[in-house]
Amino acid sequence: MKRLVVGAHYGLMDWLAQRITGIVMAAYTLLMFAAMLGGAAASRQAWHDFMANGFIRFVSFLFILSLCYHAWVGVRDIWMDYVQPAAIRVTLHVLTLLALTGYAGWAVQILWRL
Amino acid sequence: MPEMKKKRPKYLALHEIRLPLAGYASILHRVSGAGLFLMLPLLIWLLQLSLGFTTESAATFSAVTGNLLVKLILLGLLWAFLHHFCMGIRILLIDIHVGVEKQQANASAVAVMLVSLTMTLIFGLKLMGAY
Repeated sequence: MKRLVVGAHYGLMDWLAQRITGIVMAAYTLLMFAAMLGGAAASRQAWHDFMANGFIRFVSFLFILSLCYHAWVGVRDIWMDYVQPAAIRVTLHVLTLLALTGYAGWAVQILWRL
Repeated sequence: MPEMKKKRPKYLALHEIRLPLAGYASILHRVSGAGLFLMLPLLIWLLQLSLGFTTESAATFSAVTGNLLVKLILLGLLWAFLHHFCMGIRILLIDIHVGVEKQQANASAVAVMLVSLTMTLIFGLKLMGAY
């Protein structure tokens, strides 16, 4: 398969992904804020029951994935802008990916044992 | 153009560059994002403690969030989140061609700064236990 490594549309997917994941997280934030006002975190028990709810778990999972993808694109851009030596940059890219993958697993595991 | 030999690399005198407010708001978007990324383990850990079954996790949660240094970090992260959130909405609006004109773009940058700082103050007082 012939693949373009440079070109005008190379960054379009990332650009779009950054917007979509951003909108998902913004919507989740507003939902959580409304829930807090409604007393979702009024007590430890209330908070536990709220986060254990099936729908909340579903949207929290979407939030976690969105956050990790969004952070990957953003942090990768920072490395690309400021770190010139390729070896160091690639190492940082890999470390960022590994960290974010681990965070996603950790956060999912917190929700799924409730 | 090959005949126009430019001097490379080019070094910018960063301290001499004066940015409009929108430029600083944009830089802060990156700074706040980087801060949130770096502190992600702390936030996930706090989520874990807040949802832990044992009385031990409840006690640890209280002890950690009661620590002044942690409170200050959380206050910083609160601002970072709110700035990133408001700036993100501004970016989405500009994407759909709302507020692209220079004057409007500058006004929205001012709005992002003011709204995020005001909300940081409001939620920050809650975080610090003022109400």
